Amino acid sequence: MTTGAAAPSLAALAAAYRDGATTPTAVTEGCLGRIDRLDGRIGAYLAITRDAALADARASEQRWRDGRPLGPLDGAPIALKDVLCTRGVPTTCASRILERFVPPYDATVVARLRAAGAVILGKTNLDEFAMGSSTEHSAFHPTRNPWDLQRVPGGSSGGSAAAVAGGLALAALGTDTGGSIRQPAAFCGVVGLKPTYGRVSRYGLIAFASSLDQVGPLAVDVRDAALLLEVIAGHDPRDATSVAAPVPDYTAALGDDVRGLRVGVPDEYFIEGLDPEIEAAVRDAIAVLRDRGAAVERLSLPTTGHGLATYYVIAPAEASSNLARYDGVRYGLRVEGRDLIDMVSRTRAAGFGPEVKRRIMLGTYALSAGYYEAYYGQAQKVRTLVRQELDAALARVDVIAAPTTPGVAFEHGAKADPLAMYLNDVFTIPASISGLPAISVPCGFSGSGLPIGLQLIARALDEPTLLRAAHAYERATPWHARRPALG
Amino acid sequence: MSAPAGAWEVVIGLEVHAQLRTRSKMFCRCSTAFGAPPNSQTCPVCLGLPGVLPVVNRRAVEYAVRTALALGGRVNARCRFARKHYYYPDMPKNFQISQYEEPLAEDAALEIDGPDGAPRRIGIQRLHLEEDVGKLVHEGTLETAAASLVDYNRSGVPLMETVTRPDLRSPEEAAAWLRAFRAVLLYLGVCDGNMEEGSLRCDANVSLRRAGTDPLGTKVEIKNLNSFRNVQRALEFEVRRQAQALDAGERLVQETRLWDADRAATRSMRSKEFAHDYRYFPEPDLPPLDLDPAWLAAIRGDLPELPRARRQRFVEQYGLPAYDADLLTQSRALAEYYETAVRAHANPKALSNWIMSELLRELPGDDEAALARCPVPPAHLAALVRLIDEATISGKIAKDVLVTMLRTGEPPTLIVEREGLVQVADAGALAVLVDEAIAANPRAVEDFRRGKAAAAKALVGAVMKASRGKANPAIVDRLVQEKLSRG
Ligand SMILES: [Zn+2]
Repeated sequence: MTTGAAAPSLAALAAAYRDGATTPTAVTEGCLGRIDRLDGRIGAYLAITRDAALADARASEQRWRDGRPLGPLDGAPIALKDVLCTRGVPTTCASRILERFVPPYDATVVARLRAAGAVILGKTNLDEFAMGSSTEHSAFHPTRNPWDLQRVPGGSSGGSAAAVAGGLALAALGTDTGGSIRQPAAFCGVVGLKPTYGRVSRYGLIAFASSLDQVGPLAVDVRDAALLLEVIAGHDPRDATSVAAPVPDYTAALGDDVRGLRVGVPDEYFIEGLDPEIEAAVRDAIAVLRDRGAAVERLSLPTTGHGLATYYVIAPAEASSNLARYDGVRYGLRVEGRDLIDMVSRTRAAGFGPEVKRRIMLGTYALSAGYYEAYYGQAQKVRTLVRQELDAALARVDVIAAPTTPGVAFEHGAKADPLAMYLNDVFTIPASISGLPAISVPCGFSGSGLPIGLQLIARALDEPTLLRAAHAYERATPWHARRPALG
Repeated sequence: MSAPAGAWEVVIGLEVHAQLRTRSKMFCRCSTAFGAPPNSQTCPVCLGLPGVLPVVNRRAVEYAVRTALALGGRVNARCRFARKHYYYPDMPKNFQISQYEEPLAEDAALEIDGPDGAPRRIGIQRLHLEEDVGKLVHEGTLETAAASLVDYNRSGVPLMETVTRPDLRSPEEAAAWLRAFRAVLLYLGVCDGNMEEGSLRCDANVSLRRAGTDPLGTKVEIKNLNSFRNVQRALEFEVRRQAQALDAGERLVQETRLWDADRAATRSMRSKEFAHDYRYFPEPDLPPLDLDPAWLAAIRGDLPELPRARRQRFVEQYGLPAYDADLLTQSRALAEYYETAVRAHANPKALSNWIMSELLRELPGDDEAALARCPVPPAHLAALVRLIDEATISGKIAKDVLVTMLRTGEPPTLIVEREGLVQVADAGALAVLVDEAIAANPRAVEDFRRGKAAAAKALVGAVMKASRGKANPAIVDRLVQEKLSRG
């Protein structure tokens, strides 16, 4: 490969390192070169850890030369959404309030990536505190979609998705609370996987909504997503909600055989408001699975529409609690005031952007005495219904196939109305509130050349089946190989 | 004097926070040791840094379960942690992890002696676990201080909150209950009971109602009761204050008042500041705690005998007066000490006397650590009493020997032998001393013969003095009587 070209897959990279066809330093320099040339226009990164990346690349290079690589990710340049704590490197959540926060510890997923030899390129942009679907709500700058710079990359992991799509990293970690990995993956034409809740440790992931947040990979193809998941998944004694089940060999499970796989297609995901081009692309994708031997059946998931309302009670409620600690007392921004209470109010007024404030207010209200049962209590009940419905469906089928988003990437500023923005999450939220694994894979392009995502949802902890179905689809179609023309 | 004049009945309930005697904190591995330099026992978790997660300390759960079972409480098979929100800089997350709707245990009770000596059962509504907050250090009040410093060493230390039912009927009874509760905690080994260091803190709710009526009066909460004496004094003050107000036809307000021990008065805390909506909701970072019935059974099977049961047994088994039994069972260590001594030498009353009159003069009987460090182990005290019972030494000499034992930690036999303190019971040897005393005290002999029987005592005293206390006083007395009568 040349240093100027978009990067290959992680799987191809390991083979190239082994054969000596290229080196971690060359590939890392290649990514840094593309960042230098292109990120001024894309804005995928908030911080680039150039020196550390090059030092890590040189160490990796030595390991490959000695024939002792730490694994298939050794020397792979990877970007991290800036909600994942990195020891000694600012971790801002794209918020003024954490602009100067430097964590004294690595998130568990970061530690696991480092232990696998990955080269950390830098921290990627997001909607402030992961609250948003466009990466326009970053306190620092918006991120642009590599396929069309006038358009958003999706969010909240928009920086990670844009970095992978634009070849500014070989892969990235994002986080998904209501669709924040899958939606930007769909908008940017990459693969985005939200694992089962509890499959990946949340320790060191700066919380938005604790019962929903999950770390997952964004990658150029399904195999790379599986490779990354294999490294970051597994029980963590520091996260009481992490699952103890052993981590399967995800890459070994890939294959491309979907004969006998039962695929459910829920009516409620093909509704008015769904972009007809997306509907056509997703129905074509389902046909591809059928042609390869999958058994496709229609499903009805009547609670689908309730997911959105449920989510927009639970997530802000948890956020209002999680974000209470940003008060200027211990770290981050502090705006002095007349007294303590004044200092805390001024700090929070100056430190949080409007979307974050909106959600804190929503969530505070939902938890208030006298409203708790009507909002938070009721939302939990509906959440249970949504989960039971999906569990029942997944007792009949192995995966559910649906669009990832109702529309393609929209133009910057097009969704100034918060409700219009929230509606973007309608298809990704049911898997989120049910804790189920879900993936978005490229399944075509709109007439205007914008990527479309196919979403697959599987049973809890059944990432092997999810990845196998996605991989089989990917092998049968060309979409994932397309790259935006960035020059 | 604590009972209010006239027709008011006092209704008191206590809320006790006991620091559990675990080595590490409630949700992280930091040490709980008291008195370390500020902020030296902290980590990202107990500092509430972004991205951290709590992990439950099983030992703290075990201690709370042990307490609940010992008090006959119903331990919930599933309990849950909840977040309690308010802004205060000593609380790093601006919420406290506590328990709310699903506490660890409910419906326990602890008996105390009623005013008539009959047992009174005081109900315990609930026991739950929570984390402690840090400590603010500032000059004057938080509102007026130029700056305030925070020490987070205490942040995250495990606390067990115990809430009684409003069953207490006088300030003395409240203080007695707290004493009995503290003794139970010490017996169970779950709390060191040190009120000065804040290991045991008490708040009280007090109201008055017309004797014989059901509805409770306006409840006032009193905080900062950090000793038994303060509990009683503060409640006495508050009962008087409320009775005077009610007698004068005033209306009481529901409020929180602070006990000021220096001014011997309670004063209202600004009620605005404490009119919180805590916005409790289930802690999403901690799954519900399911307590294994086998584990509960094992803890139940391992419960020690509690103070009241032990007191009763001491009366029955050792024939001790209730007073002795009460004193000897004030702590588990003291009761163990006593019983070990009795097993070594079966003179229960003498051992009780020696412990009460001599040993407890040297060390506090409720100080487990001091008892453990006591230079006179129970076997040595038993040996000392045996030496008296076997007439090897006199009781008077024994007191001197004990002084040496306390100083050197040596067994009494060694001291008696080395210092030649064995009582002289040899009549031949003593006869010589008696003859010498008679020869040296002609006045006394004369007095005796004139019928002053008391004069013999002076001669016995002279012999005792000449023997430096070692002479067996009974034998000397007999010899003096014989010789004087004969002469
Ligand atoms: Zn700690």
